[in-house]
Amino acid sequence: MGSRASTLLREEEIEEIKKETGFSHSQITRLYSRFTSLDKGENGTLSREDFQRIPELAINPLGDRIINAFFPEGEDQVNFRGFMRTLAHFRPIEDNEKNKNPTASEPLNSRSNKLLFAFRLYDLDRDDKISRDELLQVLRMMVGVNISDEQLGSIADRTIQEADTNGDSCISFQEFIKVLEKVDVEQKMSIRFLH
Amino acid sequence: TSEFNLTDVLFFCRKAMENVVDDDVTKRFSPQKLDSWNLLTRNNHNFCHISLRLKVVWVLGLLLRYGVLLPLRWLRSCLSDKVHLMGCHICVRSLSAIITYHNRQNKPQNDGICVANHTTPIDGIILANDRCYSLVGQLHGGLLGMIQRAMVTSSPHIWFERAEVKDRHLVAKRLIDHVADKTKHPVLIFPEGTCINNTSVMMFRKSSFELGCTIYPVAIKYDPRFGDAFWNSSKFGLVRYLLRTMSSWAIVCSVWYLPPMNRKEGEDAVQFANRVKSVIAAKGGFVDLKWDGGLKRARVKEAFKEEQQELYSRLVVGVSQGADNAASDSAKES
Repeated sequence: MGSRASTLLREEEIEEIKKETGFSHSQITRLYSRFTSLDKGENGTLSREDFQRIPELAINPLGDRIINAFFPEGEDQVNFRGFMRTLAHFRPIEDNEKNKNPTASEPLNSRSNKLLFAFRLYDLDRDDKISRDELLQVLRMMVGVNISDEQLGSIADRTIQEADTNGDSCISFQEFIKVLEKVDVEQKMSIRFLH
Repeated sequence: TSEFNLTDVLFFCRKAMENVVDDDVTKRFSPQKLDSWNLLTRNNHNFCHISLRLKVVWVLGLLLRYGVLLPLRWLRSCLSDKVHLMGCHICVRSLSAIITYHNRQNKPQNDGICVANHTTPIDGIILANDRCYSLVGQLHGGLLGMIQRAMVTSSPHIWFERAEVKDRHLVAKRLIDHVADKTKHPVLIFPEGTCINNTSVMMFRKSSFELGCTIYPVAIKYDPRFGDAFWNSSKFGLVRYLLRTMSSWAIVCSVWYLPPMNRKEGEDAVQFANRVKSVIAAKGGFVDLKWDGGLKRARVKEAFKEEQQELYSRLVVGVSQGADNAASDSAKES
């Protein structure tokens, strides 16, 4: 019972998260409730196993990659702040935010940050380049055993060819942004959070 | 042909995030979240102080639940028996029934089946006046069905749907399960299957006797001088019967509780049934008949005639001395 009390969310924390992520008060408490229900060990952090326990997530071909995105480099526990920070990328962009003060720091759910999140799903080693191998890895995760190595290889080659403008056989973040120029990233990378 | 696009990951990505925030499965394994609090702390995850008024209401609710509802529910089963008996007393008074119970030490216990000879639907009330029983029967529609369903809310009875009645294994299983539960009342069965006019006991259906449970035989004898308890269902319906009963002098009857019986080694169900039947007949002073009470409405089976023919044939052909004697005896009788 004592450990329960220490993991209750304090008002100051809620305010800090609100500033950092842009979620509303009720959204934060709701997501905190979700966080604690996932936290089976009741120690205030989530491990990779806690995420894997969600069946629909476990069967998602990219499930492991997405789960990975929650955890900072080299760590295998994520606290509530980190949880919220990652989820913040998927907050829908509201109209009034588009005309915000340009000197304020960029919100986590800006188009550019959403694209960076997507880019990092491919770029596992964080060298700011999607190599042919990295692309193949993601492709293999998505198709499973249903497509042969050669076919997959040619798909990867074609994709890199179309995107690569500086001829280094890799896709940099700038090239990535260019490819996704016409895509409605805001819609594709936003989920509805109940108020 | 490559349909792959760098944006394809976004689909899986969004789906995954949606599932992190909320999924259909994991929330089923913890208590349901309510929109407004139901005043039970077991359902309130964020147990925090909202207002004094709410706290007072919660305390009152606590007292009500632990002080009133919980003890009432505990006593429910023994209260329901008392209410049941009281109801029976009232019914019996309304019929001016004077019942004498003999050998009360043999009264049926919770671990068996009570069988009795059948004269009228009132038999059930006469017996239930002394202790509670569980009834068995087909579930009807209409008013009777409603009454049957209502009875089940206070104590367990065994009602069957029409289709199930034909399935003998199902019937047997339910009876065995009921009898095995020592907290449930004994099952009351009238093995004759129909009302007889209280001068004889007719064939007992063997199904109750196949189950291997203890049988508590009961004999019910009505005194015909004060009123005719027999329900002649082919002549008049239930309402007219009740009218006749309530306008007679009285219903005077004797109920004899007989010692419990179990099937003996090497005895089959039919022999056991006949043994119980003769015990009841002897006590009540009835004629013990082998004929089926169902003959009230149905014709006798051809098989019995064939049996007579076979016996006579043996007599004519002369197969064995024993068969001869048996055949000549039955030939003389018929």
